[in-house]
Amino acid sequence: MRTQFTVNDAAYGLDVEPRLTLVDALREECGLTGTHVGCEHGVCGACTVIVDGQPVRSCLMLAVQADGTSVSTVEGLAAAGPDGEVLHPLQEAFVTHHGLQCGFCTPGMLMSALHLIETETDLTRDRIREEMSGNICRCTGYQTIVDAIESAAATMSSQAAVR
Amino acid sequence: MKPPKFDYVRAASVAEAVAVLDANEDSKILAGGQSFVPVLALRMAQPSVVVDINRIDGLSGLEQLADGTTRVGALVRHYQLVEQRQHPLLASGARWIGHTAIRSRGTCAGSIAHADSSAELPVLATALDATVHITGPASTRTLAVEQLFQGAMTTALEENEMITAVDFKIAERWGFAEFARRHGDFAIVLAAAAEVDGELRVVLGGVGGVPERAFAAEQEYGAGGPAAIDRAAAAAADQINPTADLHGSVEFRRDITREMVRRALTQFSTAKAS
Ligand SMILES: Cc1cc2nc3c(=O)[nH]c(=O)nc-3n(C[C@@H](O)[C@H](O)[C@H](O)COP(=O)(O)OP(=O)(O)OC[C@H]3O[C@@H](n4cnc5c(N)ncnc54)[C@H](O)[C@@H]3O)c2cc1C
Ligand code: FES
Ligand code: FES
Repeated sequence: MRTQFTVNDAAYGLDVEPRLTLVDALREECGLTGTHVGCEHGVCGACTVIVDGQPVRSCLMLAVQADGTSVSTVEGLAAAGPDGEVLHPLQEAFVTHHGLQCGFCTPGMLMSALHLIETETDLTRDRIREEMSGNICRCTGYQTIVDAIESAAATMSSQAAVR
Repeated sequence: MKPPKFDYVRAASVAEAVAVLDANEDSKILAGGQSFVPVLALRMAQPSVVVDINRIDGLSGLEQLADGTTRVGALVRHYQLVEQRQHPLLASGARWIGHTAIRSRGTCAGSIAHADSSAELPVLATALDATVHITGPASTRTLAVEQLFQGAMTTALEENEMITAVDFKIAERWGFAEFARRHGDFAIVLAAAAEVDGELRVVLGGVGGVPERAFAAEQEYGAGGPAAIDRAAAAAADQINPTADLHGSVEFRRDITREMVRRALTQFSTAKAS
């Protein structure tokens, strides 16, 4: 079945079986392997992407259901700069605060955190913890992830203030 | 695992959806997909046709009826329930459903149709004496939610019927308490207390196949006196017949039930009648 959507502003038109999940379409048909697939039943959060402004589990959405939507994945975070890619403030913060070890959970963590920072007006550590409890990490113990998100939120709001 | 092969129909109307269900044996509705897609991936269901209702217009609205009842369209997502202001108990309860990325897709009618007794909306629907609007190929009908739930994940819906809306009565006063190992997980036990049409309804989730009304607790509370809440909580714990599973023993569930009812009724008793 024909399905068309944009991923990070690039248009994709695919012929897929209805049973293909969005995460498999992103990885296998679009070649965007940044989004990871872990549990395949909505529990681990590794596959979290943003669809039309809302975070979704891309393992629980069929690719044909994404027809006509706009998808954002981890590949869209870094921007082009004069010396190659410039990491997004969230990615920077995950690096400086050791918010990742093996990196398997990181794409989902980043997309969930991005939505949280962009929508929450009162971002406390408790709020970050509550929100990120939907994403499982087997390496870090979460402390450093919360640190990274807290720091990125501060950076992003001061950048927004400058602009 | 991956979902099995199926044919996919993107229904444009309720009539089309139920016509496709009616014409195809083993066909199933796909709403938010937050329970159904895992079921497909685990191959617990192998439908011939999957009918996607997400693009049907007119099912995403929240309406306040003249008597204060909140009519929730089939495609109202959990996050919309959290954000709305007309029905505070629905907003508070829906906050407990999964995580943000689950609430962004999961629907109210999907949760009611899935009929998991440890899910928030089936318990709230029972506490709020909800009415379910159902469309079949030839006719429409309404059913009290207590008649809809028949057993663990079993409802009175026919295979060719679709829920189009759920009416939740307004609670004059209410209390809600839930225990889960981690915020966002399905409840081990949850309790809701609501005053609806002047009557107290105490409902428990996670202790049996269907949301269970705690009549004895309602009576003990109604009898009043200084220890009314404690007596009601004990009565609820006595009434239930839970089973043990890897999340906890029978005794543990009984203890948690007592505490959840105590909390829900404490919140209820201190709430201002609105
Ligand atoms: C990790 C995770 C955690 C979760 N935690 C919770 C939780 O804490 N509490 C909770 O309540 N839920 C939880 N859920 C499930 C919840 O999010 C789902 O929303 C809900 O159970 C089903 O709604 P849905 O719209 O996704 O329906 P679907 O998954 O699309 O469908 C579920 C079933 O209902 C049927 N159906 C759907 N819509 C209709 C309709 N209009 N008429 C007739 N039949 C219909 C389908 O055919 C299917 O059998 C969780 C899910 C996940 C993946
Ligand atoms: S792979 Fe989607 S939530 Fe785990
Ligand atoms: S960094 Fe390894 S799973 Fe999170």
